[in-house]
Amino acid sequence: MGSTTLIEQTTDLSTPPGGEPPRHEDLYAKRKQIYPKLAHGKFRMVKWIVMAVTLGVYYGLPWVRWNRGEGIPDQAVLADFASEKFYFFFIELWPQDIHYMAGGLILAALLLFLVTSLLGRVWCGYTCPQTVWTDLYIWVERAFEGDRAARMRLDNAPWTANKLARKFGKHIVWLIIAFWTGGAFILYWHDAPTVASGWFTGDAPLTAYWFAGILTLTTYFLAGTMREQVCTYMCPWPRIQGALTDEQALNVTYRYDRGEPRGPKRKSESWDNRGDCIDCNQCVQVCPMGIDIRDGEQLECIHCALCIDACDEIMVKVGRPKGLIAYDTQIAVAARNEGQTPPKHRLIRARTVVYAVVMLAIGGLMAWGLATKSTIEANVLKDRSPPFVTLSDGRIQNGYTLKLVNKASEPRTMLLSVSGPEGVSYKVIGMEHDGEGVLELPVEAFGVDRYRILVSADAGAPRRQVIFTVRDGVTGETDVNMSSFRGAEQ
Amino acid sequence: MTDETKDIDQYSGVETTGHSWDGIKELNNPLPRWWLYVWYMSIAWAIVYMILMPAIPALPGLGTNTKGLRGHSDRAEVAKAVTELKTARDAQSVVLLDAGLETIETDRTLQQFALAMGESAFGDNCATCHGAGGRGAIGYPALADDVWLWDGSLDGIEYTIRHGIRHDTDDGTRFSAMPAFGRDGLLKRSEVDDLAQYVLSLSGRSEDSDAVARAAPIFQQQCSTCHGENGTGDRTQGAPNLTDAEWLYGGRVADIEATIYNARNSHMPAWDDRLDDATIKAIAVYVHSLGGGE
Repeated sequence: MGSTTLIEQTTDLSTPPGGEPPRHEDLYAKRKQIYPKLAHGKFRMVKWIVMAVTLGVYYGLPWVRWNRGEGIPDQAVLADFASEKFYFFFIELWPQDIHYMAGGLILAALLLFLVTSLLGRVWCGYTCPQTVWTDLYIWVERAFEGDRAARMRLDNAPWTANKLARKFGKHIVWLIIAFWTGGAFILYWHDAPTVASGWFTGDAPLTAYWFAGILTLTTYFLAGTMREQVCTYMCPWPRIQGALTDEQALNVTYRYDRGEPRGPKRKSESWDNRGDCIDCNQCVQVCPMGIDIRDGEQLECIHCALCIDACDEIMVKVGRPKGLIAYDTQIAVAARNEGQTPPKHRLIRARTVVYAVVMLAIGGLMAWGLATKSTIEANVLKDRSPPFVTLSDGRIQNGYTLKLVNKASEPRTMLLSVSGPEGVSYKVIGMEHDGEGVLELPVEAFGVDRYRILVSADAGAPRRQVIFTVRDGVTGETDVNMSSFRGAEQ
Repeated sequence: MTDETKDIDQYSGVETTGHSWDGIKELNNPLPRWWLYVWYMSIAWAIVYMILMPAIPALPGLGTNTKGLRGHSDRAEVAKAVTELKTARDAQSVVLLDAGLETIETDRTLQQFALAMGESAFGDNCATCHGAGGRGAIGYPALADDVWLWDGSLDGIEYTIRHGIRHDTDDGTRFSAMPAFGRDGLLKRSEVDDLAQYVLSLSGRSEDSDAVARAAPIFQQQCSTCHGENGTGDRTQGAPNLTDAEWLYGGRVADIEATIYNARNSHMPAWDDRLDDATIKAIAVYVHSLGGGE
């Protein structure tokens, strides 16, 4: 399109100044398929057990029954959105108790901090759902396609009926597991037997189908095809990890002091002047993250300890002591490398003590709160507009809304009394009352009732506070609310 | 992009982005390719979205924005939602139609429903003048106190809402007219000033006893017909009680003088044809609950 002279002025367009243009491949890297080899040993066994327990809890918990009495769900763990209640065994939380939820999350976070500073990323390595389900999916993959070498051969082989059948079978089983995972999720939000049977007759709520569908897809993709990429690219935890772990934390560590210099070794060769690492690459082959633990601490490492099992097996074979890769601390490895005796591993350190103390404090507060939780709750909201009015006789009047919560399963009568400013008198809209003394307020079972209260006092009386006391005459439970009383001079 | 400008990290052998933060550099590792695919999918989705949904604003000559194949309109959605809400509310508020105002106020369920409905309707329709919570303003009566110009009972409040005050087109409207004593020449300026002192004296606030004495016969002659011999007002005519601490148009001498000179005859519209019966009843119960219901 351009003129000839313009082209002549420029240099050869195929090689722009400054060398080769960046190639597409350089900008975007294709994922390298990882073929983790099956490891055998202590930690593999621990992971199988943890997998069985965590999956058992996840799939089984909604089916556990817990008798709470007539008219209340008997599911042990249930987030009942329809009636705005959360049940956890003996604990029953109302929306007003949301701070227990926050407290629970804070406790969980602190527990993660504590465990991480003691034992490194055991959460990532053993109990994270991403790890557990990926492990389960790899187990299925292995059942259909064989171990690492067989899987690599199969992927490189041309498509045959055999390959098709194996791949098809694997994905079908993956989808079934994914569906069970999504299906189990919705059981936590509805009565499990009802929603499970309603599911197949089309009687389950629409949200149940939606969430089951979404969870099915996420499980299938996260554990089936995305796997280690979730940990490396999507999960914030490996980043937070950097701030929580320290040189005192037990991490899966390659003991370079013992392993280096590494290299292949013939049987006839002596172990003198060389490290114990024979560069057999077993630790790399079993790694579900596809990394080399010998490169040191790295973000991708989920500390699943499978490389420990793999390495120990080899060490036994070549007649060297186990533990070339082991749970160890950075300072211990560094000390040995310098020829010093490593310091004793200290579980009690400033940060572990702080985490533990804070956890105990919050846990104690929550336990105390739950143990003394009342079945009545009164909240007084003062009118903001107008803050007060002057009555025709000169008295000052303030308006309040009393919100009464009855968490019991039968209707109750609460006794209200109001005290405070001099000459105080009060009335409740819609109730007969002489202005002083106790007034009976009915509240329905599981009810939240609002009462509008008008409190008046002498104009000149010193006044700052008005106290609303609500008492259950039968159980004696009492909730005292204080609110301010405003007048013109303030 | 020449080799000289490339900054290679010594440890990893990977090119860095060349940016340095406190000596820390970022490796320029390739992005995962599936990210690129997600980006492509987003572009594809954007195109689908633009076809399905209103997406392109009005271009010159086009007159309006593109409507999209789905014909979606937020405005229509809102109108539909409002209609649905009104239908749902009407179904609920029908319980208020059959019940008397007294019953509504004493029945716990009806009361809570009416108060919630009344608060919302009051906020939409009444709070503009009467203020949030009926706090009132100069010239707009406070509804939270126990001072009532016309009627503070449930039925009286409902009547006022329905027919308004001095609302020309409503035959049942509450009506009275205070003469503009000064402007219309009924009283001399000095007499108006004396009367203001007299009105103040009714609540014990005047310091000019001479003026009060001069104005006493004028008050009996001109004012007592409506405001009463003792100035305690007359609710049948909406004549305010002049002896209390409540001053709708201000309680300073100048305010009272202005009121006598020019008169005050403010208006409230009739809501009978603007709000449905259930809403009016709910507002009546709500206003009655604000603080001074009789």
